[in-house]
Order: sequence, then structure tokens, then C-alpha cells
Amino acid sequence: MQPILECRGLTKFYGGMPALTGVNLQIPKGRIVGLLGPNGSGKTTLLKLCAGLLTPTGGQLLIDGREIGVETKAVVSYLPDSTYLSSWMRIQDCLDYFADFYADFDRRRAEGMLELLQIPANARMRTLSKGTKEKVQLVLVMSRRAKLYLLDEPIAGVDPAARDFILNTIISNYSEDATVLISTHLIADIEKVLDDCIFISHGQIARYDAVDDLRAQTGKSVDEVFREVFRC
Amino acid sequence: MWVFASDRPIYLQIVDRLTLDIIRGRYKPGERLPSVRDLAVEAAVNPNTMQRALAEMEQKGLVETQRNSGKFVTSQEAIIEGEKQKAGAQAIEECLAKLRALGVDAEQAITWIKENNHATHS
Repeated sequence: MQPILECRGLTKFYGGMPALTGVNLQIPKGRIVGLLGPNGSGKTTLLKLCAGLLTPTGGQLLIDGREIGVETKAVVSYLPDSTYLSSWMRIQDCLDYFADFYADFDRRRAEGMLELLQIPANARMRTLSKGTKEKVQLVLVMSRRAKLYLLDEPIAGVDPAARDFILNTIISNYSEDATVLISTHLIADIEKVLDDCIFISHGQIARYDAVDDLRAQTGKSVDEVFREVFRC
Repeated sequence: MWVFASDRPIYLQIVDRLTLDIIRGRYKPGERLPSVRDLAVEAAVNPNTMQRALAEMEQKGLVETQRNSGKFVTSQEAIIEGEKQKAGAQAIEECLAKLRALGVDAEQAITWIKENNHATHS
């Protein structure tokens, strides 16, 4: 089966600073994958390249077999590490905004999740706490029927109960052939929902394993392996 | 809340937990199990991991798939009884291992267990 995401020698420099150097990667459909690495290892850069917000310095990047462009953006749902929704917007406006932009946006699903989270649709973004804003953003992103979800640190800013809700949202909302790529350094919270984990270090893929294989091999959790590999 | 140890694959821990649920009668012989997705949400694990655990249980004969209608606990009670005995043997082995570490041999362990059992039930 064609991978949903494929990198061949993918390289990105910011000026003279290397962020990704020769990344080779194939991620199949229907997986929940953790993109794990310390600060500055290239996680956000990789996600931004996939979302089409950055252009590669070298190498090739294909999503669903296509070069990054209008067609790939239609099937990629990206949660950035900072919000882009304006503070004057009401949540209602954000829903309109997503409905206008994305043909695959399921408004009912978004409204249902907001109701579960008890977030009123007429609230303005600026009146919401940081964590609540993040929840709204995640609800919008997960309410698209995308083929590839790119979530950049989706759980960093919210309380543990909300983390559980977010992980539940991810588990129960992604369709079977969709892939979710989640970047995080909060591994312990997330590893039980992952199929696979990718360790990224200094702009390169250090390892790529199925979570349960890694546990069987090492007798350790992904979190423990991570701490060993990236010990400071 | 499902808690997982860090030293073993998660799917194997799910197998243990669901096997225990069947032994204890939370899921009765012949009863239909919740969907993979619902179980995954309950355990807060990846649906593929839950699927793998159920496949493992199917191999053991504890779970059966019926076309178009989902997964069921086996109606063969002998299989469940067998799993119960296996789980019991494992519990005994773990208990004895701990006692051995304290320098208690099996004979003395049995005496202690009897006394203790008596004490907690009287």
C-alpha cells in the first residue's frame, strides 16, 4: 500500500542552520505515530514541511503520493504549536471559517465535541484560557475527515483530565485508514495510544519502531528508552 | 482506569486484563464483547493495539468472531476454566517466589497461607 507520507533525503536549512538533514521516512496509512525528540530536534520543522508552510531545501516529500500543494493540503489537517485564530473571533466564527476553508470539515462533529467539553459556541477566543483555546483548536482540526493529521504538541498546555479527553478524541475520531502524526515530548501520557514511535535527533531519524516491539525488545516503556537515548 | 506496566508490551497486558474480566464473569460465556473501538476508548489505548490483543485471545480460543456481528466470549466454559487455572498457577508461583526471597520454603508457606486464610475469615 502506498504510504501516506514519504520523505526521501528531506533536508531543511534555516540560513546556514541545518534543521533536517537527509530524512528518509515512510509512514503507512491507518497508524497513530508519535514524533518524539528533544527541543530543537526538528519535529516542528518536519510537520511544517508536511503542512506546506515551509519549503524543503533539498530532497523529496510526498503526501499520498503527491508533491506538497493544493491537493495535499486538502487531505492534511494540521494543528500548529501556536494558535492562528484571531482573538476577536467567536467560536461560531471559527466553525464558519473552517467550514468555508475545508470541504471535509464536519461541523456537527465539532459542535458535539465542544458541547462535551462545555465550551459555549458564542464565546470569543480572547475570553478563553490558554488550555481552552488549545482544546477549541484541536476540536476544529480533528473534525476534518482528513487522511493525515499533523498535531504539533497537542497536549502540552492542558491539564491531565483534558489530556485524557484529547487522547480519547484522537482515538475515537480518526478513521481507520487515516494516519495521525503527533509531536510531543510528554511521552508517558501518550505512548499507550501510539502504534509506532519515531525518535528524531539533530534533524535525523534515530529510530522508528512499533511501540509494543520496542517494549518487547527492551523491557522498557518508550518514555524510559527516550530518557536513555537523549540523556543530557 | 487501566494502568499499564512499562516493562511489557501493552497488548499482552490487555490480554491479561480482559482474560481476568472473563474469568471473573464481567463478560459471560457466549456474551458479545463491546466493539474494538469502545474497548480501546475504555482502556485509552490505540484501536490497533486492542485489535491485536483480541486477535491473541482469539488464538487462545477465549474469543470468537462472528461474521458481521462482532466478537463474543467463547461459550466453551472449559476454556475459561483452563485460563482460570493458569492464572491461579501464576499467582501461586508469584507468591511462592516472594516467600522464597524471604527464606520461606513451600511447606512453611502452605502453613502460613492456611493460618492467614483462617485469620482473615474468622
